[in-house]
Amino acid sequence: MEEMKKRNLELISCRIRKTALETIQAAGSGHIGGSFSIAEILSVLYFDRMKVDPAKPDKADRDRFVISKGHCSPSVYSVLALKGFFPAEHLKTFRKLTSDLSGHVEMHVPGVDMSTGSLGQGLSIALGMALYGKCRKYGNYVYCVMGDGEIQEGQVWEAAMAAGFYHADNLIAVVDNNKLQLDGPLEEVMSPYPIGDKFKAFGWNVLEVDGHDVEQLSDALKLAVSVKGKPTVIVADTVKGKGVSVFENQVRFHGGHPTKEEFETAYLELNHKIAELEG
Amino acid sequence: MGERISTRVAYGRALEEFGADENIYVFDSDLKSCTMTAYFADKYPERFFNMGIAEANMVDTAAGMAACGAVALVHTFAVFAAGRVYDQVRNSVAYPGLNVKVVGSHAGLTVGEDGATHQCIEDISLMRTIPGMTVVVPCDGNETRLATKAILDYTGPCYLRTGRCALDTVTDQFENYDFELGKGVQLTDGGDVTIIACGLMVQESLKAARLLETEGISARVINMHTIKPIDRELILKAADETGAIVTAEEHNIIGGLGGAVAEVLSSERPVPLERVGVNDCFGHSGHPEELLRHYGLAPEDVAAAAKKAIARK
Repeated sequence: MEEMKKRNLELISCRIRKTALETIQAAGSGHIGGSFSIAEILSVLYFDRMKVDPAKPDKADRDRFVISKGHCSPSVYSVLALKGFFPAEHLKTFRKLTSDLSGHVEMHVPGVDMSTGSLGQGLSIALGMALYGKCRKYGNYVYCVMGDGEIQEGQVWEAAMAAGFYHADNLIAVVDNNKLQLDGPLEEVMSPYPIGDKFKAFGWNVLEVDGHDVEQLSDALKLAVSVKGKPTVIVADTVKGKGVSVFENQVRFHGGHPTKEEFETAYLELNHKIAELEG
Repeated sequence: MGERISTRVAYGRALEEFGADENIYVFDSDLKSCTMTAYFADKYPERFFNMGIAEANMVDTAAGMAACGAVALVHTFAVFAAGRVYDQVRNSVAYPGLNVKVVGSHAGLTVGEDGATHQCIEDISLMRTIPGMTVVVPCDGNETRLATKAILDYTGPCYLRTGRCALDTVTDQFENYDFELGKGVQLTDGGDVTIIACGLMVQESLKAARLLETEGISARVINMHTIKPIDRELILKAADETGAIVTAEEHNIIGGLGGAVAEVLSSERPVPLERVGVNDCFGHSGHPEELLRHYGLAPEDVAAAAKKAIARK
């Protein structure tokens, strides 16, 4: 990957985090940990790989995206605003009564392809979109980001079985393997490991990457679209709360709200990183 | 009297008849020869997906297709359609307002010998309480055909309830019988009491009206094929003109047709209401007709409820 492009994708990842944090702060609540762990994934999907056009958000044969862990709406809404689907100013209305930006992702927002919130459903939904794309001969791809805790839901494995069975090679899933869930570490609450082997057994192509390395993510997503006859899952090794030292690997920031001081520290760190990448 | 046919078979035939639109996609969960999507599957295999015994994934796969603009129909037994996948229907179909039709077959006691685990008596209640859902319970084969066409023409989430057993066709006896979502049909006129029924209880209620007639009681019979949105005006007119109401359904007396009618009456015309249905208990294995008698859903039970309602005027 060219250095310029790499830098730009990293910069966008930082801006997603900063915008998401501002959104959460304005709302007074929101999920930081899982929003921050997927920043690079969203950056690469929206600014490198996915064929979407903010001027034509309803184009039938566009690539589609399902955020199965709908509580990570702050990052998803942020990447959509940065991509130009709606003005960033609108993010200040997040979680407010009069806003369409609900706590969990809402499909009537420009750029959002499906409402989610109840965990474990996104992969099935993405499979339906992928099968429809094949039936209509769109030639498009459907991307689904799932949480690692989320794959404890049995429905995920129903979907994995069906996607393998129907050879849905235009379906690409990414598991955000940040290793923490609401009650604590996955390995203490309910281990879903090994993740890749399970998908492989259902007939999937499995790739494993550093989920904060934009180059690895981009290469894996490029490879995924070239694989024929089977869906691909990318198991992305990530850090919950990535990008801000006080948030990283802290169970408390699954859904908890930072203190005023923590917000200040976080902005300092994010602004510093942004300045570095811009410089 | 027309053909004896179950509503599930009539549905399967109608789906095949009206399924030519290339945007219609049909999903089943290893029950195509029970829900009768087999007719569609044979004719349009490229638009039929068997998802195996995995109902949650089936509903959401259909929702994903509908999110792209498809008309998607999912099929399983009513007990799973309304119960097992309630969350998928609520959050991924109804909340985003997607064009998914949930078709629950083998509803009610008349599943028969398979017994209580498969006798769904809560589906109308569960589906009715979800915002934005349309809930339809056709009463015979003829009406099922019309209802199938109507839900395909309507854009939005629907629940359609069908049954296992062959039933007499009764609606074809009424001239120009038509079906419009949300509009109940007054089948017979009467001035003493109104019986509002759905599903197979419509024909049992027509029999009850004939029993009442022999005792000099004039009963009006309404087929309330759409439970949601309920035809409020037709209920109020019946309350005004007959002063007593009976509801009859192959469903728990809690939350179904009886509940929907009670909600209208209690707030707008508090006339005496008697609800005939399963009295908040689980079913049991048995012959369908035997079960209907055992659980108090025979024409005699409806007639007795009518007399009770009249006595309370």
